[in-house]
Amino acid sequence: MTDTDRGTQRDRDSAFSLFTQQSLPACKPVLTPEWVIMTFLFIGFIFIPVGLVTLRASHSVVEIVERYDIGCVPEPFRIDKVSYIQDDSIPKNCSLSFKVPKYMKAPIYIYYQLENYYQNHRRYVKSRSDKQLLHGQNEHGISSCQPVEVNNDRPIIPCGLIAWSLFNDTFTFIRNRAELKVNRKNIAWKSDREHKFGKNVYPFNFQNGTLIGGGKLNPTIPLSDQEDLIVWMRTSALPSFRKLYGRIEKDLDVDDVVVVHLMNNYNTYSFGGKKKLVLSTTSWLGGKNDFLGLAYVFIGSSSVTIAVVFTLLHLLSPRH
Amino acid sequence: MARIRKRSIQLSKLCSFACCRSSSQDEHAQIGQKGYSRVVYCNEPDSQEQIRLRYRGNYVSTTKYTAVNFIPKSLFEQFRRVANIYFLVVACVSFSPLAPYSAPSIILPLVVVIGATMAKEGVEDWRRNLQDIEANNRKVEVYDKSSCSFRQTKWKDLRVGDLVKVCKDEYFPADLLLLSSSYEDVVCYVETMNLDGETNLKLKHALNVTSFYSSAESLKEFRAVIKCEDPNEHLYSFIGTLYFDCQQYSLSPQQILLRDSKLKNTEYIFGVVIFTGHDTKVMQNATDPPSKRTKIERRMDRIIYVLFSTLILVSFIGSLFFGIETNNDLSGGNYTRWYLRPDKTTVFFDPRRPAVAAFLHCLTGLMLYGYLIPISLYVSIEICKVLQSIFINQDQAMYDEEMDRPAHARTSNLNEELGQVHTILSDKTGTLTCNSMEFVKCSIAGTLYGRGMTEVEIALARKRGEQLTEQAPIDASESKKSIKGFNFRDERIMDGKWVSEPQSDVIQKFFRVLATCHTAVPEVMGPDEIMYEAESPDEAAFVIAAREVGFEFFARNQTSIKLRELDPTSGIRVDRVYELLHVLEFSSARKRMSVIVKNPENQLLLLAKGADSVIFERLSKEGRAYEERTKEHIEKYSEAGLRTMAVAYRELDNDEYKTWEQEFLKAKTSVSADRDVLMDELACQIERDLILLGATAVEDKLQKGVPGCIDKLARAGIGIWVLTGDKRGTAINIGYACSLLRHGMKQIVITLELPEILAQEKEGDKEAIAEASLNSIKLQILKAKSQVTEESSTEFGLIIDGKSLTYAMDKNLVNSFMDLAMRCATVICCRSSPKQKAVITRLVKSVTGRTTLAIGDGANDVGMLQEADIGVGISGVEGMQAVMASDFAIAQFRFLERLLLVHGHWCYRRISMMICYFFYKNITFGFTLFWFEAYTSFSGQPAYNDWYMSCYNVFFTSLPVIALGVFDQDVSARLCLKHPLLYQEGVRNILFNWPRILGWMFNGLLSSIIIYFLTTNSITGPAFRKDGQVADYSVLGVTMYTCVVWTVNCQMALSINYFTWIQHLFIWGSIAFWYIFLVVYGSIPPTLSTTAYKVLVEACAPSILYWLTTLLVVIAALLPLLSYRAFQIRFRPMEHDRIQIQRRRPESTEYDATQRRLSESSEARTSSELPSEFKHRCLKKSANIGIASAGLGV
Repeated sequence: MTDTDRGTQRDRDSAFSLFTQQSLPACKPVLTPEWVIMTFLFIGFIFIPVGLVTLRASHSVVEIVERYDIGCVPEPFRIDKVSYIQDDSIPKNCSLSFKVPKYMKAPIYIYYQLENYYQNHRRYVKSRSDKQLLHGQNEHGISSCQPVEVNNDRPIIPCGLIAWSLFNDTFTFIRNRAELKVNRKNIAWKSDREHKFGKNVYPFNFQNGTLIGGGKLNPTIPLSDQEDLIVWMRTSALPSFRKLYGRIEKDLDVDDVVVVHLMNNYNTYSFGGKKKLVLSTTSWLGGKNDFLGLAYVFIGSSSVTIAVVFTLLHLLSPRH
Repeated sequence: MARIRKRSIQLSKLCSFACCRSSSQDEHAQIGQKGYSRVVYCNEPDSQEQIRLRYRGNYVSTTKYTAVNFIPKSLFEQFRRVANIYFLVVACVSFSPLAPYSAPSIILPLVVVIGATMAKEGVEDWRRNLQDIEANNRKVEVYDKSSCSFRQTKWKDLRVGDLVKVCKDEYFPADLLLLSSSYEDVVCYVETMNLDGETNLKLKHALNVTSFYSSAESLKEFRAVIKCEDPNEHLYSFIGTLYFDCQQYSLSPQQILLRDSKLKNTEYIFGVVIFTGHDTKVMQNATDPPSKRTKIERRMDRIIYVLFSTLILVSFIGSLFFGIETNNDLSGGNYTRWYLRPDKTTVFFDPRRPAVAAFLHCLTGLMLYGYLIPISLYVSIEICKVLQSIFINQDQAMYDEEMDRPAHARTSNLNEELGQVHTILSDKTGTLTCNSMEFVKCSIAGTLYGRGMTEVEIALARKRGEQLTEQAPIDASESKKSIKGFNFRDERIMDGKWVSEPQSDVIQKFFRVLATCHTAVPEVMGPDEIMYEAESPDEAAFVIAAREVGFEFFARNQTSIKLRELDPTSGIRVDRVYELLHVLEFSSARKRMSVIVKNPENQLLLLAKGADSVIFERLSKEGRAYEERTKEHIEKYSEAGLRTMAVAYRELDNDEYKTWEQEFLKAKTSVSADRDVLMDELACQIERDLILLGATAVEDKLQKGVPGCIDKLARAGIGIWVLTGDKRGTAINIGYACSLLRHGMKQIVITLELPEILAQEKEGDKEAIAEASLNSIKLQILKAKSQVTEESSTEFGLIIDGKSLTYAMDKNLVNSFMDLAMRCATVICCRSSPKQKAVITRLVKSVTGRTTLAIGDGANDVGMLQEADIGVGISGVEGMQAVMASDFAIAQFRFLERLLLVHGHWCYRRISMMICYFFYKNITFGFTLFWFEAYTSFSGQPAYNDWYMSCYNVFFTSLPVIALGVFDQDVSARLCLKHPLLYQEGVRNILFNWPRILGWMFNGLLSSIIIYFLTTNSITGPAFRKDGQVADYSVLGVTMYTCVVWTVNCQMALSINYFTWIQHLFIWGSIAFWYIFLVVYGSIPPTLSTTAYKVLVEACAPSILYWLTTLLVVIAALLPLLSYRAFQIRFRPMEHDRIQIQRRRPESTEYDATQRRLSESSEARTSSELPSEFKHRCLKKSANIGIASAGLGV
């Protein structure tokens, strides 16, 4: 290193020298008691109001949940529900009715809820072909769809376990003897409809095997318009999940009686899964979920408690 | 080519020793045999004979890798680490259906990590390669026989047998035989700085027979054959024979010019290439230093094993449940989860063979939870350490302006060990003292000369509690001008007044010995200025002293020494020429040096100086006139910390000399292995019947800032051992001078110089002596131990000599000795040999199990430096061997304070925090995967998209942790030095002990639980947006991942204490990068991005719930650590917390006031008398450590 280098380095003000001498201007936060108390109080004062607001939003949502998997099995078959559901000769229609507890403002979202259904099982999640869904038959690479990739030596479209096990219960809603119109368009993600499922891909060779899983598809409608399939193929995160079925675009008044005619086709009986029908409005936050608000309030109040305990201890115990 | 040979041989005047007057006619016994088979055909590199020998070329490569083997070799190095092998196996298995995620996503991070490490290796090696290229392409003039002239050739094209011409200030390209030089007496001067670091010039001398070949024309005819030893690493030996003109001439190191040394003060030389390239001595000497690993790294390995066990356990639990669930898929002949098609399944999910499926799933689990093992840990640590050592090298506060030497971290892997040093083992000379000698006193004919007090004497007086009289320390301003190496004041002798002293003849002889008995070379700088180039600073001090008194040594050549002295009778200065006949050189074994001269009166004289013990036993009966008094004086001098030497002479009988000389010359020219022994014996023969003249005392000056530095280190609770070859008295006094031994400290002396042992020694029964010594030492140790235990409130200093030490190191005694030593604040081992130094270092290391640091500057410290956990070399004047063997090199001892207390503390803290944090972030991440597994019936489905996971360690969390490892400072450098107790955090390893590591791991587990359960409960289930959409698998993955990235980065922000823009950039940049990544990755076609397609833009960003969940989860996950830290800092603060709080409010604290009082008082008193409360605290701490380590030892 030459002398001039040294000379410039000795220049304490140069940024490089500050860097090499590890004396860059720095903020050195220290958890002094004042800071601790302020921080915890601050967290509390932010979290409790946020929690209350979210709780309020959650309470503004009206939600109706009706379990129907047991009720829809006629009394004589309740001993062996699996053979009931597997027997095609028995009609599966069923109806249930409920009273609207509160005024529900449109849009009212209709969900079906499955429980103990492992849509996130590795074997299940992997059993699909994104390429095929987008490009159709001429695409190879359907080996990922095992074990439901071919039937009679011809590829299945859409292939894979997810499509094969398509949920196929259907619901119609009647209020005051008049059918409530259910809008079943735009229930899937926009990007899915436009970019994941091909507009020119039509169901082919689907549910033609010996073992039929779930619902069938209309082979004249392209996959991008098969919204039930698209919704179903967005696999759920947890074994109990809701999926969007449609929207009722009319308000429901208090004490309106809604009768639901449903086709109870889907087999959840063999693995003990529950099926529920859910009608729910939404708030700015989404559906009815008290957890978030309660968690906010809990964290906020623990913060305040810590602040108080800390302050007391701080004042009581003398500094060494 | 006109060539004027230098006539005025101003520089070519010395041939003090080994002047070859005759060439040996003896057949060199070993030449031609095994080990001595090299043949060089001079000036005939193209001859058939030479080519057939196939000696290596002069191409040199010091690189670790070559272009061909770089990839395989460095890969091999990489996969010697267990963790890396694991990742490699995972990468291989990832192509099979076992893998829970796609193969590229696991291979990419591995490639990045391995690639980064390999790139680092490659860059380091490339630098070496550039140096090689530079060296290989240097130009040298090589003789071309066809044109009878020299032409420029690259170094690498040089061949054995080539004739080369090297000009002034050029490096020698290979090991050469000196043929002739620009000087008529065919000498040349070389500087061997690159070989041994010595800056003084060395004289080389060609054989007289080759001196004729001094022009390009004459060289044409030159033919000779050299037979010599094979390549070896001994720098100071060479055995060979020159066959020239039908005659044989033996060759010695005097004729050999070594590669990488430099030609000085000589216009040019001609030489023959003997050894080339890797055969040269300097290349043969290049060895890799022993590789050392730090304690933290070793513990880190154990943590990795813990994590591996956790990984296996977790996988096992997972596969157990998976087996049960899979088994349940087939209940009573019916398939339950029909949507998984258990009827048409693979072996991995087969309900009919659940055990096999579970076993295979266990392998899947091992891959899935592999995120528990931080893949980028090793490479991150390496990057951090390299950057840390750059900071150490760049530190201006450790830069020595005088010598232009910055501190240098020679290895980067020991940085954090610097913060954990428990014991320092220090050399004395050149380390604590600066090895610059000043002639201060002398005793001539039993009279003391030289007044004034040395620093050591002042310390000594203070120790005795004497009041200092007005006798001020020797003050340089007193004299007209201060002369380096000379601090002697006595009006009785100075300015020619010695003539009137009663024994002026003895004084005259005394100074004549000093002026002639040496190997120094004078350099006339001006009319009145002469500098001396001497082998040791003592020697220079003597010559300077003689000059100042009036015996000016001003010129020397091979055969004579010229002095300009005062003639006592006439009172004028006259030149006297002493014919120099022989020099019997100084060696550490002989401990003396003498010259045989013929004075102008034609008297043959042997002039000798040496260690008192050696000289006194060689005195004649008549020569002992002043023995008693001189002995007394020497005793007094060494008490004052001075280095003493006795001076004597002898008049030689002409005949005696003649017979002796013949034998001596014969011995000298013999080339057998026992030549040295023979010469020593002959020297002994003539060095007898001496007449004592007196003794000299030279002050070994303390290095700047040593006492302060030692005081600081002691206050930091570091034990200091001084290992020195000096006498006990000198060592103790230096101990006082540099505040190793303090006022009020009790001394424990363990010695064998006891009357009963001495009595037995006279009897001479070796076994009896050994037994008695052992018993005596045992007794002394036990007594000292009980004393130390009784008076636990006093500090003790242990002083032991080398001989006693050999007994104390006995198998049965060593534990109790180390136990005793550990309880003493200071240990001084005097009279210890280099080997003992290394043995002690190893013992301290193994018995205490703590980190030891050895510091030294000389070749005799090399063993110690390599043995210790950390070796620190002082790049002082004593050469480069210590530095070459060290891990860190500093220019001054006092820089050790900063190196340990500041850099050591920081690096220790950084690395330990970094490793803890690494485990934290990977456990947090890994366990969220596990919790998710529990909700997928342990099927092995990862919660996140493959590429989120593979980027986790490499992109979203790596830079902040590197910033932590490189830049974090708990307290500033100034405060580190102000509060040395802070250093105890490292010594006691409280930042990296198991509770802390497990605490961090637990925190990781807690974070993962909070993240998983809060996220799933908040976001899944009901609609997560106003438009009624529900969160699916991909949304949950993104939300959880966002929370993980935020949480681990904010934990980092909570745990670092030092935010510069770099930290801000890295931490917040990493989080921002996650969002950017998500947008970019989400916008590539869905067949590639799969679940990540538009997930942020379309699904998450419009959802307020997503953002609120992130806030909730991050704060909730930070809360445990934040509250723990808050309470811990307030109610159980650690040292650095305390200092940080003090820094905030400096005016209102008692602690600070104590500190201020302390610094004032220590300034006032200079000796380190600490205020009692503080001292007590230090004491208690060191006592605790002592006991703790003793416990380990027993």
